[in-house]
Amino acid sequence: MSFKRFIGHRSEPVVNVVEKGAVKKFAEAIGDPNPLYVDEEAARASRYGRLIAPPTFPRTFEYGEVEGLGSPGQGYIHGEHRISYERPLLVGEEVSCYAEVSDYYEKEGREGTLGFLISERVGESPRGERIFTMLDTAVLTPAMRESRGL
Amino acid sequence: MSTTKPVWNVGDELEGHTLPPVTRLQLIKYAGASGDYNPIHTVDEAAEAAGLPGVIAHGMLTAATMGLPFSPYLEHGYVKELEVRFSGMVYLGDEITIGGRVSEREDSKEGLIYTFEVHASNGESIVTSGTVSFLVFED
Repeated sequence: MSFKRFIGHRSEPVVNVVEKGAVKKFAEAIGDPNPLYVDEEAARASRYGRLIAPPTFPRTFEYGEVEGLGSPGQGYIHGEHRISYERPLLVGEEVSCYAEVSDYYEKEGREGTLGFLISERVGESPRGERIFTMLDTAVLTPAMRESRGL
Repeated sequence: MSTTKPVWNVGDELEGHTLPPVTRLQLIKYAGASGDYNPIHTVDEAAEAAGLPGVIAHGMLTAATMGLPFSPYLEHGYVKELEVRFSGMVYLGDEITIGGRVSEREDSKEGLIYTFEVHASNGESIVTSGTVSFLVFED
């Protein structure tokens, strides 16, 4: 059975909070302690009126699991990543997040058939307005697919 | 960090950003901050068991550093879109340089959106490439 059967499957949304401490730790870890990420006073004086989060911060959220697929993590190669925003992500706000399998296809590689699993992860405000959309391509080698029994 | 509102033209080069050499402590910090505890990024034995010569940096850490050239302009705009393709590994000690150029400039109802072709290089080859679209607010 192939990953194809998961196309269109979606996880149950999980509510995440953009935590001030988590954003600070993340900003420091990526080497970008911008005052608008970490200094409340500077952030209050800015056009945003409050702290914002770095563009790649949403990878820290929980998105729930697509049933039967397991959580992504170990066992694949991260091929591509895209994130697009409707507006900046604000510290302190609640974000409802879910994941959906967008596509799966296979291609012949030098060492056998490679699988490409495309998943979309979305963050919405409590009112259902979209804040960001992430699209990730996971590359699965034959050994990786076998270890998952797929 | 007061900066003036940026104005770029298609073809303009980004000022190159050379980052300090990658350290294990940095990867441990990023693992903790991101929640990505895959041990190939922090534990030598795990990396070797995966067929790697040593631990490799998280791809998403390199992706995050591709946003660094835009950080000084956050008062005037924000990253609308970041898209990266991971093509090579980043190892301990690597000195990564982020470079790029403006490939497109388009009007939107919020302001001008500048699209940059960006890449991260280890000095020998490009390890990650992609695009960053940065929106500069009208006012």
